[in-house]
Amino acid sequence: MTTMLLLQVVVSGLLLGAVYALFSSGLSLIWGMMNVVNFAHGEFVMLGMYTAVVVWTAMGGGPWASVPIAAILIATLGVLAYFLLVRHIARGPMLAQILGTFGLALFLRYGALWVFGANFRTLPDDLVGHSFVLGGIRFDGSRVLAGVVGFAVTVLLHLLLTRTAVGSRMLAVSEDATAAQLMGIRPQRMQALAWALAGAATGIAGALIATFFYTSPTVGETLAIVAFVTVALGGFGSVLGALVAGLMIGVVESLSAFLIGPVYKDVIVYAVFVLVLWFRPQGLMGKT
Amino acid sequence: MMTSRRLLQLAAIVVVLAYPIVTGGSPVWQRLGALVLLAAISASAWNIVGGYAGQVSVGHAVFFGIGAYSAVVAFVHLALPPILGAPIGMLLSVGVAAVIGVPTLRLSGHYFSMATIAVGELVRVLSSTSNWLGGAQGLGGPAMPRSVFDLSFLSALPYYYIFLAVLAGLLGLTWWIERGRMGFYLRAIKDSERAARSLGVSAGRYKLYAYMLSAAFTSLAGSLYLCMFGFIDPESGFGILLSVKMVVMAALGGAGQLFGPLIGALILVPLEELSNSLLGGQGAGITFVVYGAIIVIIARFLPSGLLSLLERRPRAPTRKTTATPSAASGHAD
Repeated sequence: MTTMLLLQVVVSGLLLGAVYALFSSGLSLIWGMMNVVNFAHGEFVMLGMYTAVVVWTAMGGGPWASVPIAAILIATLGVLAYFLLVRHIARGPMLAQILGTFGLALFLRYGALWVFGANFRTLPDDLVGHSFVLGGIRFDGSRVLAGVVGFAVTVLLHLLLTRTAVGSRMLAVSEDATAAQLMGIRPQRMQALAWALAGAATGIAGALIATFFYTSPTVGETLAIVAFVTVALGGFGSVLGALVAGLMIGVVESLSAFLIGPVYKDVIVYAVFVLVLWFRPQGLMGKT
Repeated sequence: MMTSRRLLQLAAIVVVLAYPIVTGGSPVWQRLGALVLLAAISASAWNIVGGYAGQVSVGHAVFFGIGAYSAVVAFVHLALPPILGAPIGMLLSVGVAAVIGVPTLRLSGHYFSMATIAVGELVRVLSSTSNWLGGAQGLGGPAMPRSVFDLSFLSALPYYYIFLAVLAGLLGLTWWIERGRMGFYLRAIKDSERAARSLGVSAGRYKLYAYMLSAAFTSLAGSLYLCMFGFIDPESGFGILLSVKMVVMAALGGAGQLFGPLIGALILVPLEELSNSLLGGQGAGITFVVYGAIIVIIARFLPSGLLSLLERRPRAPTRKTTATPSAASGHAD
């Protein structure tokens, strides 16, 4: 009985962790490529969630509509952020980098508060809210959908980076932008593409999370810290690292909520973060 | 040249001292003045480690909250005047800064900033679960002042002069550090920690000194805040926006410059108060939209803050603003 319950907790942690992995891989990609930390990353996910809310409630679309629309919208936002802001601050003092993306985060967070109000929104759960029992474990339809799609898209992103010509061009830029340029690669295009991919990943993840999580203007704050923890644990620049770390964080979070209490689940995640930074700042799979 | 500069300084001092009188004793203006000075104290305290040493802490609310809670705990649990908690808060903050600083200051660049965010959030969540600290509801100071030692006044005027004295002391100390050996070391660490180390500067130790000193004064700002507002909760004591505001004010004016945080506070605090009062209760959202936009624009076009405009005026037409020595600090790895 208890082992069954524990197994249930681990499985739901893995499903949640797959979504964490998806949006963290976007942060990891940009970080590894440009040495820029996007402090507005959580707000990108938040906007993906609101996209799902709007598509779902106003347009009557389900996940098959909301997920691609969120992907396109947030990818566009990422490219805009790159060309209007990030491209210019990437070489500046570190304080300006932090300020720039933090300012963007405030702008988006409180813009959402202005537009959508402070109320928590939930999606009507008639579409994916079915739950089913398999082998004695109860599955939530929406969480299974989110976990499976999250896992699949993260793996696709990893394959894109490691198995395709575009991917190796992007990795070349992240290794050495100057050398890549001498080889005929245009670093700015590759960086813009990284922002587009990261945006798409966060958009998809946001639309998926919205199916089982409260959507609010400030939800990005917590999610951003989850992404920081995941990237720090997985090692920056590594999508595979983000995948492994995301799954681990999901399980740690579920287990600590179950064993210690829901209030302390954030405490445990932040504590893991501090410990990782302390003992292995390059992450589990990161380059030094 | 020298005399005109002296005159300017004298004029500035007269304006600051006479400000409450010049504004006709208006309570609104007195309150605004006090708020600007309080924000300038915490931003100037942040500036010591964030501006001069280049260690961008985004978790300074930890020390602000320790100061505020120390003051209120002194009253609630010990029936002492809140301000007696201030020195305890400062000592506690220095200790906490050492505990946080020793491991995190070894981290470079973004990693340090992110670690401070995590520590800040950790403390905020923990404080909201502590019954002793009033949990999520927070704690209140004396409802009625029992004596002058409670520093609980109806008018903002006494606060204005108290904050002014503290800010003057802090800026004097910063000026002294800036001109001394420690200031030289801190700037060297900011420009290139590796180079500073190779010249024999004990970088870790001086970063820690700056962090502890900064923590002590941020804590004092928190205690003063409690005296003026008489109330603290986890969000207003340890909230991440509090940390962000310190960074933003210093960076807007000019991080690593003596008067940078004061300039930033002079612009941002009235802006926030004005939009809050114009837009009413629901205006907080729009205030931060504007706040965010200003930060983005500053980061994009004036990465070294407003004071850099004054310094670089002769060479303004050349497009090399990002090539200043401090630009190198972004790539410490």
